Amino acid sequence: MSTNRVMIAGSGGQGIILMGKLLAYVAMEEGKEVTFLPSYGAEMRGGTANCSVIISDRPISCPVVHKADIVVVMNQPSFEKFESAVEPGGSLFLNSTLIKDPVTRTDIEIYKVDANKLAEDAGIGRSANIVMLGAIVRQTGIVKIENVTKALKKEFSGKKVVYLDANLLAFQAWKTG
Amino acid sequence: MAERVLMKGNEAFAEAAIRGGCRFYVGYPITPQSEIPEFMSHELPKRGGTFIQAESELGTINMSYGIGCAGGNVFISSASPGIALMQEGFSFLCSAEVPLVAMNVSRSGAGIGGIQPGQCDYNQVTRGGGNGDYHIPVFAPSTMQDAVDIIYESFEIADRYRNPVMILADGMMGQMMEPVVLPEPKTLYKDEADIANYKPWALTGSKGKANRNRIKSYHAHPAELEQYIDYLYEKYMRMEKELQRAESYHTDDAEIVFVAYGSMARIVREVLEVLRKDGIKAGMIRPISLWPFPTAPFEALNPEVTKVVISAEMSKGQMIPDIRLALKDRIPVKLFSRTGGIIPSTEEIVAFVKTLRKELK
Amino acid sequence: MKAIYQSTVGEGLTLTDTSYCPGCGHGIIHKLVMESIAELGKLGETIGVSPIGCSVVAHEYMNVEMCEAAHGRAPAVATGIKRVHPNHIVFSYQGDGDLASIGMTEIVHAAMRGEKFTTFFVNNAIYGMTGGQMAPTTLLGQKSTTSIDGRKKEISGMPIRVSELLATIDGAVYVERVAVNTPANVRKAKQAIKRALDVQQRKLGFSFVEFLSSCPTNWGLTPVNALKWVGEHMIPYYPLGIFKQPEEEK
Repeated sequence: MSTNRVMIAGSGGQGIILMGKLLAYVAMEEGKEVTFLPSYGAEMRGGTANCSVIISDRPISCPVVHKADIVVVMNQPSFEKFESAVEPGGSLFLNSTLIKDPVTRTDIEIYKVDANKLAEDAGIGRSANIVMLGAIVRQTGIVKIENVTKALKKEFSGKKVVYLDANLLAFQAWKTG
Repeated sequence: MAERVLMKGNEAFAEAAIRGGCRFYVGYPITPQSEIPEFMSHELPKRGGTFIQAESELGTINMSYGIGCAGGNVFISSASPGIALMQEGFSFLCSAEVPLVAMNVSRSGAGIGGIQPGQCDYNQVTRGGGNGDYHIPVFAPSTMQDAVDIIYESFEIADRYRNPVMILADGMMGQMMEPVVLPEPKTLYKDEADIANYKPWALTGSKGKANRNRIKSYHAHPAELEQYIDYLYEKYMRMEKELQRAESYHTDDAEIVFVAYGSMARIVREVLEVLRKDGIKAGMIRPISLWPFPTAPFEALNPEVTKVVISAEMSKGQMIPDIRLALKDRIPVKLFSRTGGIIPSTEEIVAFVKTLRKELK
Repeated sequence: MKAIYQSTVGEGLTLTDTSYCPGCGHGIIHKLVMESIAELGKLGETIGVSPIGCSVVAHEYMNVEMCEAAHGRAPAVATGIKRVHPNHIVFSYQGDGDLASIGMTEIVHAAMRGEKFTTFFVNNAIYGMTGGQMAPTTLLGQKSTTSIDGRKKEISGMPIRVSELLATIDGAVYVERVAVNTPANVRKAKQAIKRALDVQQRKLGFSFVEFLSSCPTNWGLTPVNALKWVGEHMIPYYPLGIFKQPEEEK
């Protein structure tokens, strides 16, 4: 029996919500219990955005995540705000393209992902979120890689199909911590 | 088992309404429920329904009254201050016996307050802000599936009693996503021409009827009005008996019993597990109907076993008077409360209980 | 023998005695509206909305299916009804306190949406049912129980001309102001009702007829003098005429 609590934070427009939704969707497809809770408010593009995803083998009581075993921060302000939200022994994924400050925590695993740079290399600069999603999935095994690939194919279908190949590349871009 | 789909709360509420028989939706944007009018605006017309964006919540409730008078099955949604603005209409619909299903995706605070989740509409929805002797059944789901199921059922409840029905959710439920199983769509009436058969009292034109229908709220003569109020009162008493709903969790041996509804009940469910692991016997009564307030599970509590009842709310003790009445004051009631849009953590409620137990000893 | 006048009592109007004061315009206007609908053969397919005010009980007299609406909300209620029964004749019947004050939002937005019902607006420049208080339509200098020395511009502004206001809205397709103070004007008023109902039946948009009417009781005048007052004081400020009509009819 296991429960994973994931918190994803960044700025509005970085695709924070999409990352969370993809994770939640894939987990549901894998037959798990799942909740997804976005922050909401008056802020729009450029403001702060975060969401929480809980994935579990059993019914989930509360969708709010105060402490997470996986925290993803996509920009400097969210790093400052959520570094402390990682459970001891948990993992912090940070977008090292935009976050330059040193990590002060020593009781957690730290994964630096050059997300914007890797996304540019994949030919789709906007998809730093997909690079990061690849990193989380590959490193933690929270959901199966092939199921995310399937979900990406579904997400980037129809008019958006032109972005599929680059996003699949972005998803595979991060190799190692 | 039917397919599970991952849906945002507000969209699941809207989808459940359509499947439950909603043919008309009237709405006005307000956070945190704006996804409901957005969803309805593109989805309802595709399914043979009508979407109207009103000029205000006053417009919303009164257009809905018109739709209800004409026999259409109508769904509306809003959030706390918007519901406040509709109170004139709720009173009116009750007095005119016009059915309606309303959803309140509530937020926090009085006045504008904040847009984060809250439960401080308890008094507003259970007591009503409108004039007169009237009642509206209020159901408070705690999971997405609960919400979908009760919205789906509510159109028939509203029609059965010819009275508005309110679903109380909160911003967290409206914004979160969770898998749900959607029920099969049902049809309450075939088309416009079928309304007169389904609702013989509705305004469909007097053609072919022995007597024309009129829907009124005004009664000039005191004796006539009193008689009408007595008639409605009898109906409310019937609703009070027939619509009480609650769930009890581990209350039989519980020294501490929480009372919590909606999102708060989800959190308390986890609190119970943690406390029981620590050897503290805790249970919960989850009122599903807030009006009528479910009394049976409270009557079943034994003061020899249960030493304290905790009303866990995202409001300032608004539910306590109902709990005390249901308990007949046999067991002391304490308040655990977070407000302002803050959703409490399991840990802080566990800590609250541990402190409380020390104080009680 | 040719009938020169046929009463609609028992058809468009019920046999009930009205509760309106002697000299009140509601009786005439009720009759004109119901005659017009009866002549269309549509009494069985008409739904009306009565307002708050003296005519809250209009459904006692108008022999069609009707409901009451809260103060000022009749256009929203009529909107809902018309959306359920788009082929029925739907109308709201409202006074000036109801429509031009507390219900100004609802009437403006119903017009803006081009709702395909008709509003019959009875303007007697006063709150009747509540006992003669100043309405938004009360004339300058006109005495009321909340303007005992007469309405003053500096305190209450100038009376509002609703027909002119609504005529600026694209969704309002037919807007006319009539009066029921003389036999000739009464006949013209009926023509206006019929034109408005025609616009509704052709689903062209929102239609609106304003009636300048009298309130002898609250004006403190005899019925005859009240009718004179309409002609001498109201019509000069509220000119009669068609403010808006479908293009092809101009």
